[in-house]
Amino acid sequence: MLATNYRGPYRIRADFNKPMPEIEHPNDAIVRVTRSLICGSDLHLYHGLVPDCRVGSTFGHEFTGIIEEIGSSVQNVKVGDHVIVPFNIACGSCVFCRNQLYGNCHETSPQASAMAGFFGYSHTTGGYDGGQAEFVRVPFADVGPYIIPDDIDVDDAVLLADAYPTGYQAAEMADISQGDTVVIFGAGPVGIFAAKAAQWMGAGRVIVLDRENYRLEFVKKFAQCEAYNFLEMDDPVTFIKKITDFMGADSCIDAVGCEASGSKLQGILGVKMKIQAGSAIALQWAINSVKKGGTVSIVGVYGPTANLVPIGNAVNKGITLRGNQASVKRHIPHLIQKIRDGLIKPSEVLTHKVPLEEVGEAYHLFSSKLDNCIKPVLIPPSAMH
Amino acid sequence: MEFQRIDHKDIVGWGVDADKSVRPNYPMWKPATEGTGAHWAIPEQQPNFKDFYSMERPGPTHVFGSTVPPKGLSGLIRKLSFAKFSEGHWEHWILLLMADRIGVFEGIIDDVLHGTMPRLLKERGWEVDKKFKTKRYKKVVTLSALAVLAPIVFIAFNMNKNEQPGAR
Repeated sequence: MLATNYRGPYRIRADFNKPMPEIEHPNDAIVRVTRSLICGSDLHLYHGLVPDCRVGSTFGHEFTGIIEEIGSSVQNVKVGDHVIVPFNIACGSCVFCRNQLYGNCHETSPQASAMAGFFGYSHTTGGYDGGQAEFVRVPFADVGPYIIPDDIDVDDAVLLADAYPTGYQAAEMADISQGDTVVIFGAGPVGIFAAKAAQWMGAGRVIVLDRENYRLEFVKKFAQCEAYNFLEMDDPVTFIKKITDFMGADSCIDAVGCEASGSKLQGILGVKMKIQAGSAIALQWAINSVKKGGTVSIVGVYGPTANLVPIGNAVNKGITLRGNQASVKRHIPHLIQKIRDGLIKPSEVLTHKVPLEEVGEAYHLFSSKLDNCIKPVLIPPSAMH
Repeated sequence: MEFQRIDHKDIVGWGVDADKSVRPNYPMWKPATEGTGAHWAIPEQQPNFKDFYSMERPGPTHVFGSTVPPKGLSGLIRKLSFAKFSEGHWEHWILLLMADRIGVFEGIIDDVLHGTMPRLLKERGWEVDKKFKTKRYKKVVTLSALAVLAPIVFIAFNMNKNEQPGAR
């Protein structure tokens, strides 16, 4: 079958000779992929920053597909169902899953106890091949996959696999109360959805910072928020203090993660030399920009082991730090209702539709932010129509 | 820098989730009263585990991925990483990164042995640069061509000079 094949940092291709996935557990399903997205966090894999990312792996944790085969114990889905597959692989029975923390499942990632299993995100998250392929093995098919309602377009549905719930959960973890000032670092898809969600939660002001003007223009329209380019500032923290009467924001959201630009020191130590787990400058700004007693919500992806962050400021300011992988299954019904209510059309962030065969070009386009790319969608040959 | 002000009445859906109790993730630990979809207390164990597991776990998880099992020199380094160091040690992750880089060369050798020549330009998506970063693309192509041609021209020139009568 056709599938992406990671060959090393900045090298990825689509090969026709990947073996078809097989049922390996009675609750597996084999899904024929209809849409597969490239996530900003896939770029950390592509750039060689995630440990135990093995040559030959297939990436892709945001996808929809049609069930082609089911294991002997599968009851809740059947062959022919068109499903959203959450990026979390969840067993449904461990203490975390029983309390709806599906992104923290304890039974799906043998290589790292800190992680749950995710599709296509290296052996650090369980070693599962992902959905940037024609077919994919989906474990625990009775727990994860969600049947796409007839009135929801597949291009909107695929964003429910990760980006849209992650953005919404970022805003939830920021503990936004009506009238709050919320600052979001990063105008990628997750930051864009977080800005929208912050408006739904009644934020008084929503302020987004990024370095790409085209993304700032997009989020201004999509989320009806303020958007500023931090390259035009001497210091984003001082800027935020000035525009918040020198108090700081009630909540800050880090929607950037470990490849944040804005600090040469962080970049050299983290991204180039890997002495720390990537650059944490966005998180540093978030901690320093939030007001005393405020909340910092972290959905940006960071890897092992540690990062340079001003933990002393977090202590002295009495900040609440919250972070997690999104519990996608828990959010889907609520977020589908927002689409039905006409409050959001998630597919507006999909700027590029690319055949799966051109995955190398798609990754480079997304990584280099060319052609005003916000989020590319990969389409396998069978889904091209 | 111009500061922007936006009136809430113009914002579509403003405040619809202001009540925290309607938010799905509130509170964070919330039993799934309608079930999770699982119809087992403990999942069945997937057979044939051939990889490594963290020493911070009692054993492999009940379900696991089976793609790209460890092999070769990179596999030995991964084995060392999992055998000697727990997840909290920097050494664990640096050994895995080292194995990843060695895996890149093993991958090139594997490609060649299976009759696939690595197409580095295609894999790096250079067609995109040709279309959207044309100046840079032309500069790199020109400099690469010069880097290849210059030594050839230099050697050819010197060979020609040495062949002339009386030349040393």
